[in-house]
Amino acid sequence: MITGASRGLGAALARGLAAKGAKLLLVARGAGALQDVAKATGAHALAADVGSPGGALAIAGAAQELLGGVDAVIHNASVLGPVPLRPLLDTSDEQFREALEVNLLGPFRLTRALAGAMALKGGGLVVHVTSDAATSAYPTWGAYGVSKAALEHLGRIWAAELEGRGVRFLTFDPGEMDTKMHADAMPDADPATLARPLAVAEKLIAQLEAAS
Amino acid sequence: MKAGTDPRRVPEDVKLLYVDSRAGAFRDQRFTELPKLLGKGDLLVLNDAATLPASLRAGDVEVRLAGELEGGAFRAVLFGAGDWRTDTDLRPAPPRLNAGTVLRFSDALSATVESVSTVSPRLVSVRFDRAGAELWSALYRHGRPVQYAYLKEPLPLDAVQTGYAARPWASEMPSAGRPLRWPTLSRLLERGVQVATLTHAAGLSATGDEALDAALPLPERYELPAETVRAVQSATRVIAVGTTVVRALEGNARSNGGRLVAGRGETDLVIGPSTSLSVVDGILSGMHEPGSSHFSLLTAFAPGPLLEKAAAHAEAAGYLVHELGDSTLVV
Repeated sequence: MITGASRGLGAALARGLAAKGAKLLLVARGAGALQDVAKATGAHALAADVGSPGGALAIAGAAQELLGGVDAVIHNASVLGPVPLRPLLDTSDEQFREALEVNLLGPFRLTRALAGAMALKGGGLVVHVTSDAATSAYPTWGAYGVSKAALEHLGRIWAAELEGRGVRFLTFDPGEMDTKMHADAMPDADPATLARPLAVAEKLIAQLEAAS
Repeated sequence: MKAGTDPRRVPEDVKLLYVDSRAGAFRDQRFTELPKLLGKGDLLVLNDAATLPASLRAGDVEVRLAGELEGGAFRAVLFGAGDWRTDTDLRPAPPRLNAGTVLRFSDALSATVESVSTVSPRLVSVRFDRAGAELWSALYRHGRPVQYAYLKEPLPLDAVQTGYAARPWASEMPSAGRPLRWPTLSRLLERGVQVATLTHAAGLSATGDEALDAALPLPERYELPAETVRAVQSATRVIAVGTTVVRALEGNARSNGGRLVAGRGETDLVIGPSTSLSVVDGILSGMHEPGSSHFSLLTAFAPGPLLEKAAAHAEAAGYLVHELGDSTLVV
């Protein structure tokens, strides 16, 4: 299962994994672009908001039913918080909360809905897509950076709690890519200097293959 | 016995009545002491079905989904006006719906009645106007979990899930596994207790219709994985977590000449005092009162008089019944 799969890295992962024969459920908020990716990859597409409290059980239930079980989940969906980026002094509660809901609580709830079955089965893979903003204190990346730092720690604690039960937790930093999120965050960046999502997706897919 | 009503009660506070049929004795334990009562050679078989938001509303008609049928239609039971706060037996009957009636749950979800059962006009099969991810997304948006009249507040969907839920097949929660959270599972595994799963589409517990209640349980589908069959074959004692697991395992063995065969099946097996069990040696279950069908199922595992004595003790000791209540282990 891949969240945030309608564009960018998520869509590239969908294409790359579909080419390897994976059965996929793609999740994103907007149905339109998601349908296009689903059509191109033969995947199931579920329009759902990872950041909504009721979303996780719906996503997990649909994934279990449509895929006949979930071997791996890639928590790729994320939001920046304020766009354009703003210093913390100018970040509203609402913006900070949205970053935490989508980037942190969403993955927590979705893993919680899936990991019990994975641990009993003795196998599973959970990938948290992160950023160097999790460890470097970049000005104006406050809500996002905090959410990613917490997400990485979430992965470590999940791994410690389920140690020995066959569920693997990976953290993956894709670096700077030519995506809509990057354009939102840094509109003046030259796309030619940025990595292609498809090339980055190949790197993660190689890690997934090594881990499974 | 009083009903448990608090979905936030932690497993540490759940009581476990341990009934040892061979010793002819019972005693009080805490649920979290379960690992001490089991050991190497024991196998717990869990029903890993997640609980569906199986209750949908189309105007004055409540539709409770009671399992997907071959070919994508759903079996469903219709309820009349009112809601869960009224006991199902006291709810007005729904209008009689004929094949072809369209039930509109929202602008984005409707279903057509395909057939009406001869057992009761309230038992129908319905086909939704969408399939796949769109259907599941709409079901979770518009459906609510089946509720119980003894509750004070409606249960949210996450309160009716076990800690190991996978495919959403259950119309109501396979509640025997409700207190079986990860710390206890983990200690069971550390002690060398084997844990395996099957998926059983636990059906509705009540329909409010006498003819239909008499026909319960309706045939329920299950899937038995090959690993679970192997685990059963190598276990010295097989303990079913919940009645659905007993029905799936024993039903499977019966339809295969006494032998378990991995795969999908359906069972309408009813288990009682005269059932001879060929697979399951014990049961971990919720508390049940003498006279109920679940209590009758327990008598397949231990003599009736012992269970009745245990139930009288449980009542005096303040054990709670129903989905959010206490537990019993009968071996």
